[in-house]
Amino acid sequence: MTALLPPGTTADAAMLQVRQLTARFTTRDEAVQAVRGVSFDIARGEAVGFVGESGCGKSVTARALMRLAPEGSSVEWGGSVLFQGHELLSLPEPAMQGLRGRRIAMVFQDPMTSLNPVLSVGRQIDDMIRRHAGVSAAEARRRTVDLLGLVGIRDPARRADDHPHQFSGGMRQRVLIAMAVSCQPDLLIADEPTTALDVTVQAQILRLLLRLRQDLGMALMLITHDFGVIAGMVDRVHVMFGGEIVEHGAVDEIFAAPRHPYTRALLDAVPRLTPGGAVQ
Amino acid sequence: MNSPQPLPVAAAAPAPLLQVRDLTVTFPARHSRPPVRAADAVSFDIARGETLGLVGESGSGKTTTGRAILQLQAASAGSVRLMGRELIGMRPSELRSMRRHMQFVLQNPYSSLNPRMTVAQILAEPLRVHQTVPARAVPERVAELMTLVGMDPAVVRRHPHEFSGGQRQRIVIARALAVNPDFVVCDEPVSALDVRTQARIVDLLQSLQERLGLSYLFIAHDLAIVRHVAHRVAVMFGGRIVEMGRAEEVYGQPSHPYTRALLDAVPVPDPVRQRAKLSQAPVELDFHAFRAAAGACAFGEDHAHTGTLEWHPLSPTHGVSCRFFPPPA
Repeated sequence: MTALLPPGTTADAAMLQVRQLTARFTTRDEAVQAVRGVSFDIARGEAVGFVGESGCGKSVTARALMRLAPEGSSVEWGGSVLFQGHELLSLPEPAMQGLRGRRIAMVFQDPMTSLNPVLSVGRQIDDMIRRHAGVSAAEARRRTVDLLGLVGIRDPARRADDHPHQFSGGMRQRVLIAMAVSCQPDLLIADEPTTALDVTVQAQILRLLLRLRQDLGMALMLITHDFGVIAGMVDRVHVMFGGEIVEHGAVDEIFAAPRHPYTRALLDAVPRLTPGGAVQ
Repeated sequence: MNSPQPLPVAAAAPAPLLQVRDLTVTFPARHSRPPVRAADAVSFDIARGETLGLVGESGSGKTTTGRAILQLQAASAGSVRLMGRELIGMRPSELRSMRRHMQFVLQNPYSSLNPRMTVAQILAEPLRVHQTVPARAVPERVAELMTLVGMDPAVVRRHPHEFSGGQRQRIVIARALAVNPDFVVCDEPVSALDVRTQARIVDLLQSLQERLGLSYLFIAHDLAIVRHVAHRVAVMFGGRIVEMGRAEEVYGQPSHPYTRALLDAVPVPDPVRQRAKLSQAPVELDFHAFRAAAGACAFGEDHAHTGTLEWHPLSPTHGVSCRFFPPPA
């Protein structure tokens, strides 16, 4: 089998090269081949999307880059994940910890469960900064306040002392994004970052991600089931089905002329606000 | 509250199947927080065979409204009449017999089915409770229900975990229809499902409505889905209906600034248009700030003085509230 090379990317220029990635995870009573030979590149500063339905392997693919097993299971990874010259699948755990959160960071769907409820949000960001940057407590707090301001939290010096339950869902997602970008990662993985949020808050978070990408020069790997979300956010899209990439290309081409019947079926099923849309 | 209340929007039929008037649900003060009016003087009608879409963001009061109509949540004021009969304050035994006419379909098909029961047992339960068919006819009715929702009656001995999310939601729908209801509250019935499955379930709900003459209150945060299923749409914010009208009116001429902000925030599955949308400055209005102010409202009426409703008809079927409405610049 030949590796799929995304169009417009040469193999040696990419910051991230994933080749023939496989993931097989075993739960209490079954083994599942969740990813079956996925290959793609992400260049420095590039925004790349992954779309597909639940169980298609998009989240497991993202987690491979952090070498995180889905909850309650153990994973057997295969293939290669080359990030800035490091083979992540065989990197010793201490070295992986040095990359995780510092060079590659991740934002998840649920801002309710991703924060520690008993610590102030400022303290949680402080800890993250101190762990990765080794700065003093005072310097860490100064950076924390800057970050909370950067993600659009008003009166950040005061809000840093508040606990997660004192923030709305959208504000908690901003806090998690602040934490994720605290060490200026080269790649931010966002797995359904707005799925749990109201539509007006979703629009704010999407704008925030676009602005941070521009300001910090990060690459973005956006995972979503929502074609509306993916449309305005990325340069290239991968469509996943059954643990494989069934189609990939520039975002405008995929929307204008989907080639794979599965991509067409997905796009046709998207409900639209204008009459004559796709829900029959 | 002043009475009697005129209808915010003209009733679709002389005797609507469901008539909700000034329905108010207040949650008492907790800890340091003041009492919350989760639903505040909500009024609307639903005709036989009609779908009213109820949209709004989390905390807007749409789920509370649905629960209060079904008498699963006590109302602090107002009236809910189903088939002409007042449900609020109804004796429990009478209410139980009225439940045959009103059912609900909830969001999560994973938690709303008992994992220990087979599909046959799940579907037989409401038949037994309401004694709608004789005991010996139950298996036949169960098979009929499975066929109705597009499933193979041969699988009724299986348990919920053996089915996909979409199939489970079909079972939930079959259970709701077991007693031949007239009215079904669908609270986010497809939001836990994949997009292709959503389309199929929406399709099923619509064809069931046509075949059985069902009325739906379709509660959802997804404005695009509601656009497709609802004949009329009510937009909720802060416990209030801020705009209501025929679907093409609310989506075509959104008139409350909150409705416009909501519609504007929906991502468009078109890269060129969506990029343009995200590059514009968002509408960031704190609509809560525009509660009722003394003096003239955004439409130039002083409701406190005249005693009129904070409601302004735009057409015989479309109206907008001046509550949470920013004053003209």
